[in-house]
Amino acid sequence: MTSTIAPAPTTREPAGAPRATPGRRGRTASRIRSVIKHVLLIACSLLMIYPLLWMLISSFRPTNTIFRTPGLWLHDATLANYGHGWHALSPTFGHYLINSGIVVLGAIIGNVMSCSLAAYAFARLKFRGRTLWFTIMLLSIMLPIHVVVVPQYIIFNNLGWVNTFIPLILPKFLATDAFFVFLAVQFIRGIPKDLDEAARIDGCGHWGTFSRVILPLMVPAIATTVIFTFIWTWGDFFTALIYLTSPEKYTTPIALRQFLDATSGSDWGAMFAMSIVSLLPVFLIFLFGQRYLIKGIATTGIK
Amino acid sequence: MSAISELTSLRRSRAKTADERRQQRKENSRDNKAGYLFLLPWLIGLVVITIGPMCASLYLSFTDYNLLQPPKWAGLANFQQMLHDQRLHQSLKVTFIYVFVGVPLQLALALAIAILLDKGMKGLSFYRSIFYLPSMLGGSVAIAVLWRQIFGTDGLVNQVLRLIGIDSHTGWVSDPRYALGTIIILHIWTFGSPMVIFLAGLRQIPVMYYEAAAVDGASRWSRFSRITMPLLSPIVFFNLVLQIIGAFQSFTQAFVVSGGSGGPSDSTLFYTLYLYNRGFANLQMGYASAMAWLLLVIIGGFTAINFFVSKYWVFYDD
Repeated sequence: MTSTIAPAPTTREPAGAPRATPGRRGRTASRIRSVIKHVLLIACSLLMIYPLLWMLISSFRPTNTIFRTPGLWLHDATLANYGHGWHALSPTFGHYLINSGIVVLGAIIGNVMSCSLAAYAFARLKFRGRTLWFTIMLLSIMLPIHVVVVPQYIIFNNLGWVNTFIPLILPKFLATDAFFVFLAVQFIRGIPKDLDEAARIDGCGHWGTFSRVILPLMVPAIATTVIFTFIWTWGDFFTALIYLTSPEKYTTPIALRQFLDATSGSDWGAMFAMSIVSLLPVFLIFLFGQRYLIKGIATTGIK
Repeated sequence: MSAISELTSLRRSRAKTADERRQQRKENSRDNKAGYLFLLPWLIGLVVITIGPMCASLYLSFTDYNLLQPPKWAGLANFQQMLHDQRLHQSLKVTFIYVFVGVPLQLALALAIAILLDKGMKGLSFYRSIFYLPSMLGGSVAIAVLWRQIFGTDGLVNQVLRLIGIDSHTGWVSDPRYALGTIIILHIWTFGSPMVIFLAGLRQIPVMYYEAAAVDGASRWSRFSRITMPLLSPIVFFNLVLQIIGAFQSFTQAFVVSGGSGGPSDSTLFYTLYLYNRGFANLQMGYASAMAWLLLVIIGGFTAINFFVSKYWVFYDD
């Protein structure tokens, strides 16, 4: 099991594709099999994606028709749900999107800086206790957040930071998302050491080697970090639920939940509209960053 | 290489002679200062955000603490109370059902689809995107909201059932018999990320094994059971470990679908949901800490069992 950043071209070839016997019967059989497979896969894709499409279409329907229209056709499209949903809470929905944006931006900067620094140490520097720290780092990936959340809350509460964005952002500057440290370590290990040595001969210290050689080469790993951080922080519900208490500090997921409670599920049109608005950034990131996402999970084996 | 195989290989390489160790120590001292400087943010985080709070939480689990008055030592009282706490037992039951039904089904589906896909086929990246998308969105509040509608009394599921002639008025999320099932379905729906890991693993299997098997006239099934499965088993293993750890911590879906209560009649009272209610709604921080440590012990226990059992079915090709 080696790193899968670049699968060797020879192993790309199908696993277990039977080179069917050349006769006509064999070819027909394999064609039929392939058709069946595609039909199966398309049916499965449709089933997977249907709820999403239906939510999207329904968000343009008057609420009273959502409950009677399981199909995807759209008779009288309306934007009323979006207008209504946007202004349903005070402050308006745009405010929560901006809050989410601030938290996400902070988290991204924090993760990229702190995780790449730690990763350089683990991947390239030899220091006493490295194996021990590295093991602790790997274990901390699997630590349930609930074990630390109560004392963390107490600490942030005593510092007067509850109902600010600090508890959501500060930990990222301290590389607590060890997953990204591991991701970057894996990546740096794949960079030829000759480059470090060349830099050293040219007079670079560790900082120079890191900032001028490793960091520029790490762009794909950084992109993966940015994208994952974006998606996870944008959707993070638990931490925001605990730390953000007043409506003007709410991030998007909390606002959505609040909206659901306030309307007790009666205004599905507006609910769907705002759900779509909250999913849109993630969807766009998915669309344009998929390559990095897939590389990221394939390299580290963590979702 | 995954985090887990990394851990396993660390354990293997630990055995070294004293001489080698001395040699290594001498070399190691070279970058000591730089190493710790680069590691500084992470080390501070480890102490302040992770290990410190872990110890504090262990201490708090032996106390009564409501955030307002200082913690009062309570000995084992919290743990004794847990023994008799019916809602806690219910939450354990719900969580175990979720983990031991949801995770295997999700992984089985992920593996099945990955094997269907991995034949150098047309449209691979299209299918992969479609299947992967739900796992990107599945953890969000928006999808939980959608689920609440889909499985509601007048939701999409019942509308479709009526279309095909079944006059269903079951509120799937409001009926204690089915509510947990809808959340398990949501979990299975997000099979895309383990699928992508399986796909990457399948590509690592050298074609020559299959060619050799074909020459020997191996059947489709024996190629799968003798080549694909053994070589993929480490990946199945770490997916299993990580998915179990993750599933024990599920929170958002149950919280949103049940409106924060874990209802109807505690049928979706996930462990973490109950922990949240005890700690942050009732401000019983001591009890919540005790619950958190029980969770850690449970997760650690299952991970250990997983590692132990893995000796019998996981095959390392090195």
